Amino acid sequence: MAEFKDAPAGASIADKLTIWTQNRFPTAFDAYRDHLSEYYAPKNFNFWYFFGALAMLVLVIQIVTGIFLVMHYKPDAALAFASVEYIMRDVPWGWLVRYMHSTGASAFFVVVYLHMFRGLIYGSYRKPRELVWIFGVAIFLCLMAEAFMGYLLPWGQMSYWGAQVIINLFAAIPFVGPDLALLIRGDYVVGDATLNRFFAFHVIAIPLVLLGLVVAHIFALHDVGSNNPDGIEIKDQRDASGKPLDGIPFHPYYTVHDILGVSVFLMIFSAIIFFAPEMGGYFLEYNNFIPADPLKTPSHIAPVWYFTPYYSMLRATTDPMVNVICVLIGVGALLALWKVRMSIAAKAGVVVAAVVAIALLKTFDAKFWGVVMMGGAVMILFVLPWLDHSPVRSIRYRPDWHKAVYAVFIVVFIVLGWLGIQPVSDGKTLLAQIGTVYYFGFFLLMPWWSRLGRFKPVPERVVFNAH
Amino acid sequence: MSNDAIDPSRRMWIGIACGAGTLGGVAVAVPFISSFAPSERAKAAGAAVEVDIGNLRAGEMATVEWRGKPVWILKRTPEQLASLKATDALLADPKSLRKPEELTPEYARNEYRSRKPEVLVAVGICSHLGCSPTAKLQAGPQPSVPDNWQGGFFCPCHGSTFDLAGRVFKNVPAPDNLEVPPHMYLSDSRLLIGEDKAA
Repeated sequence: MAEFKDAPAGASIADKLTIWTQNRFPTAFDAYRDHLSEYYAPKNFNFWYFFGALAMLVLVIQIVTGIFLVMHYKPDAALAFASVEYIMRDVPWGWLVRYMHSTGASAFFVVVYLHMFRGLIYGSYRKPRELVWIFGVAIFLCLMAEAFMGYLLPWGQMSYWGAQVIINLFAAIPFVGPDLALLIRGDYVVGDATLNRFFAFHVIAIPLVLLGLVVAHIFALHDVGSNNPDGIEIKDQRDASGKPLDGIPFHPYYTVHDILGVSVFLMIFSAIIFFAPEMGGYFLEYNNFIPADPLKTPSHIAPVWYFTPYYSMLRATTDPMVNVICVLIGVGALLALWKVRMSIAAKAGVVVAAVVAIALLKTFDAKFWGVVMMGGAVMILFVLPWLDHSPVRSIRYRPDWHKAVYAVFIVVFIVLGWLGIQPVSDGKTLLAQIGTVYYFGFFLLMPWWSRLGRFKPVPERVVFNAH
Repeated sequence: MSNDAIDPSRRMWIGIACGAGTLGGVAVAVPFISSFAPSERAKAAGAAVEVDIGNLRAGEMATVEWRGKPVWILKRTPEQLASLKATDALLADPKSLRKPEELTPEYARNEYRSRKPEVLVAVGICSHLGCSPTAKLQAGPQPSVPDNWQGGFFCPCHGSTFDLAGRVFKNVPAPDNLEVPPHMYLSDSRLLIGEDKAA
C-alpha cells in the first residue's frame, strides 16, 4: 500500500483533488501508467496495428447500440420479427441504432480478421506471447457464438433456418448429439424457448465472457510487450533508465496515432450505414426480411459472410473427401516412419494413431466429420504458437517463398468464403475440398515447412523511417 | 513462509473442504443445466393433428404442421408410384433398413413407405441438418437435380435428394430417409398425424 501523503501548502484545488484521489484509489493511477503513459510500444507500428484499437471501438459500439436495441426488442417468437420492424419504422432513430449494430457485427469480423492476419504474418503469437494469442482465439470463438445467437433474434427466415442447421450440427456428434441439440434448443424444434435463451446468451452471458477475455488479452499483452513488424524484442535494447530504446509511450503517441485509424474507419462505417446497410445481401440477407416459417426453407440458404469459409469446409466433407483424408493420414504416417528419426515405441504409436484415426473416420458419418473439420479449422488456431518453428518471427525475414505460402493461404481463405455463399455443384465442391486440404496442410505441416529455406538476417534495432 | 513441517491434519481438512466445495458446486449446477431441457409445456405440445385429405387430387401435395415440423401428404399418381421401382438402384437405403424404429413405422415398411400405396406421409425435414427440402415432383432434367430425375425432393441447403417415397439417394450429404411419422386413417379421407393406435 502506498504512503498516505499530504498536499503541499498552497497547492491548487486540482492538485489537491488529485492527491486526495491518489491516496484513496492508487490502483487507477497505476493502471494509467502501466497501460498508457508508461506502456512502451515499439515505434515502428504500421497500418496493420490499427485493428486492435478498432476492435475495441467496435466492441463499444456493439455494447452501446445493443443496450438501446434491447429497450425496444421483444424476445418472443410471436413478437420478435415485428418488434425489429417496429424499431426500424416507428422508434425515433431506431433504424440508425439497428443499422449500427448490424453493420457493427460485420465490421467486427472485418477488423478481427485483419487483426489476426497481422498476428499471423509478424509472428505475434510466438514465445512469449502464446497466451495473448490464445486469449485472442478465445475472443474470436466468443465472437462467433455472439454473432450466431444474435442472428436468430430478428426471427427471419435466415435466422430460423440458419439456427436450425447449426444446432443440427451438434446433433451429428455420435452418442450424445441428439440430446445435446435438444438441450440447446429447449424444444423439439427451434422455437420460442430457443429464441429466449439465445437472447439471454447474446445480451449478457457471452458479452460478460467476452469483456473478461478482452481484459485478459490486453493485460497479457502489456505484461510481455507488443510485437512489431520486425518481430524483434525491443526490450533487448534499453537506455540507461531501462526503457526500451525503440519504445514510445502508448499515450500520447499511439492514442493520437489511432485517432487517424478511427477517423478513417468511422468514415467507411458511416458510409455503409447510410448508403448500403444491407451491403447487397452480405451484411443483412434478403431472406431475413421474411418472417420465420418453420414449414418452408428458403430456396437458397447461406450463413453470413464471416462464417462462410468454415461453412465451406463443412460442406466439402463428403464421403469421397473422408476417403481422401484417410489416404492423407496413411501417407503422413508412412512419411513420418520413413523420414523422422524416432524410437520404436514412437513409431508404433504413429502406426496405432493412424490406424485408429482411419477406423474412426470410416465408422462415423461424413456429416459428423464435416462438423469436426469446421470446428477443427478454428481450434487449430489455438496451437499455432507451437506449430511455427521458423527461426524468425516476422514474414519480413523469412524466405521469399514463405510469402507465397501465406499469400496462397489468404487466397484459399477468401475463395472458401466465396464458395460458402454459392449453391453447391460438383466443381465447386471439388474446389472447396482442395481449399480445405490446403488450409489444414498449411497448419499441420507448419512444423516442417516453417523451418525450411534461407532466412534473412534480423536487425538488432527496429526498421523505422521517421516521417 | 514458515519453516514449520507440513501439518497433515490441516492438509486433510483443506482437501476435504475443497472436495466438499466442488461437490456442492456440481450439485448446484445440476438444476441450472436441467433448466435447458424442454419444459413440461413443450413436452405436452406434441398433440396429434387431424387432416382432411378428401380434396387432395392425385399428384398434389399438402403440408401441415405437427410438433412445429412440416409434414407432407403427397397423393402419388400411378406413374409416380412406378417411378419408385426405377429409383431403387440409386438409393442409399431402398428397403428402409436404417433406424427403422425412428424413421419408418412397421406399417410403412413396404415398397411405397406408406399405409395406402398412393398417399405418402413424411416429415419434410432433411436428415442431414434439418432444412426442409423442396418438392420437385416433375420428372425430367431440371436445375440442381440429376438428369435422370424421376420426381422427388431436393434439399436447397446442401443438395441432398430424395425420391417420391422420401428415400435418400446415394452420395448426398443426408445419411437417412425422411421420417414417416406415426399416422392412421380415421376414415377414408380423414388422416390423423402423430398417432397410430386407437386409444
